[in-house]
Amino acid sequence: MPASAPRDPAPAASRPRAATRAYSGLPRWIYIPAAAGALFVLIPFLGILARVDWLHFVPLITSASSLTALGLSLETALASTAACLVLGVPMALVLARGPVRGRRWLRSLVLLPLVLPPVVGGLALLYTFGRLGLVGRWLDVLGVHLAFTTTAVVMAQAFVSLPFLVVSLEGALRTAGGRYEAVAATLGAAPTHVFRRVTLPLVLPGLASGLVLAFARSLGEFGATLTFAGSLEGVTRTLPLEVYLQREVDPDAAVALALVLVVVAAAVVGVAYGRRVDRAAGA
Amino acid sequence: MSFRMRAAVGERGVDASLDVGDGETLALLGPNGAGKSTLFDLAAGLVRADSGRAELDGRVLFDAASGEWLPPHARGVALLAQEPLLFPHLSVLDNVAFGPRASGVSRTDARTAAAHWLGEVDAVALAERRPAQLSGGQAQRVAVARALAAEPSLLLLDEPFAALDVAAAPALRRLLGRVLAGRTAIVITHEVLDAHLLADHVVVLEGGRVAEEGPTAALLERPRSRFAAGLAGLNLVRGPATAESALFVAGLGEVVGVVPAGDEAPSSGDDAVAVFRPADIAVFRPDDVPHGSPRNAWRAVVRELEPRGPQVRVHAASPGTALVADLTPAAAAELDLAPGTDVVLVVKAAAVALYAA
Repeated sequence: MPASAPRDPAPAASRPRAATRAYSGLPRWIYIPAAAGALFVLIPFLGILARVDWLHFVPLITSASSLTALGLSLETALASTAACLVLGVPMALVLARGPVRGRRWLRSLVLLPLVLPPVVGGLALLYTFGRLGLVGRWLDVLGVHLAFTTTAVVMAQAFVSLPFLVVSLEGALRTAGGRYEAVAATLGAAPTHVFRRVTLPLVLPGLASGLVLAFARSLGEFGATLTFAGSLEGVTRTLPLEVYLQREVDPDAAVALALVLVVVAAAVVGVAYGRRVDRAAGA
Repeated sequence: MSFRMRAAVGERGVDASLDVGDGETLALLGPNGAGKSTLFDLAAGLVRADSGRAELDGRVLFDAASGEWLPPHARGVALLAQEPLLFPHLSVLDNVAFGPRASGVSRTDARTAAAHWLGEVDAVALAERRPAQLSGGQAQRVAVARALAAEPSLLLLDEPFAALDVAAAPALRRLLGRVLAGRTAIVITHEVLDAHLLADHVVVLEGGRVAEEGPTAALLERPRSRFAAGLAGLNLVRGPATAESALFVAGLGEVVGVVPAGDEAPSSGDDAVAVFRPADIAVFRPDDVPHGSPRNAWRAVVRELEPRGPQVRVHAASPGTALVADLTPAAAAELDLAPGTDVVLVVKAAAVALYAA
């Protein structure tokens, strides 16, 4: 589960700062597999760094097709993150707080794209919104064609990223509980006012980490995009698709672009994580 | 701003009515799980009633029969919980300004109002702080100001002192005594002192039902429920009257007392209660019970001894009845009391108040 650790609404100031002084109770051997796991994640990055052709690095990543792919990636990832925000926040609220029957089924359904192979997700989108798809044939009548457009890229990304935001935010909402909202209501605040002034601020850290996860997932989206949107330069060929394509023709370019993806992803996570540390320490 | 509610919630086993006059404060007493908080949730709109109706100030809050139901924010019912629940992301001032802001007042005016209410609870100095920087007592004071700033027609206080340490409670109690004057309010409490200081009327809730109600002083002086008697620090026994000044208690026997002036004497066969102070009970070993003036003597078994200030509280029971008696430590030692000791409890008839239940 990619559920972030939702920060509870308790005051940050009351947290113990000297965590290293407390007795952890961990068996010593546990550090060995933990370290092995960390290395397993870290060493491949070194592998990429070692393979980068530093001499031609800048020309490789600033080639026209690279820049186009990077721009398209950032654009579509931002758009799909926005879509996740608009659709995912209400979904998380209903799942966490709404008086819904069959909540467990609903949640499983919402989380499906998380465990589904992205290619399958892409196929599902294609047979739904494609020209001959379930919904697509009606859209076709209206003159709307979604498949193999930039919109399709955004849709594919949103489809796979949405669960990340929903899971993360729902966890934060559950941890926060509904007591502040009840108090706010008895103080005369209508539900929308409570949502804006109480609920959202209280779960902001959870929302932020959900958005970061959704953005990062969108940025790396490959399978669903390729299946539903294809790989048209400047239209649907995002950075991961460009990397995969270049791997065949120009491995050096592929590695350089891969490094760019790593750096962008690391920056996104770093910015979000760093900000949360600041909040915790400075509150 | 009078409040009147009758409500039942099946799944919580609650079926009770409350009635608070304009500007009056009602104390809601009762053991844990009696349904006190459920009644609050019903009044505030956080729980729906299966049946019943509530009116505040002539407005219908809910009416299960007609399906009318006002959402919590439209009721004018503010709820102050055991925990202050200040919004952690807002400053103290903005917490207090929350109610006015929610009702559409401009930010500046809301802050002015908030400053006024912070003044009422002596917390102006805390205005710029975050809730995390407040002590428990300060936070609860700010919560009081926040509730008042919403200008509720009915204020509900759910054990406002429960989460406070002993040192902080008296100041808040004085403060509430001041701000509740002239306000329509209900306060849930376990402290007889709160009932006396804050409330005009008392309702005792037991098992989701109203066990008794009445003016605070009268009810606590002449309780008719075991719970109220316990709160008032009195023994209470109940049974059918056998004469004008005697009743029969199963397991204990005949209880002889005096009907206090102004109280209703029970008719023979009707339910009556007898009330007496723990200090008026004398404890004897069964073999040296004195004889003499009209008095009650009941056999019982010591269950527990509990130090209580300068005295020892003896919990004694006969089948079906539990009584407490207060002795000096010397007397308790001389009697060599221990759990399981057979004793005779003796009370002068003049020390037993007996009246119709």
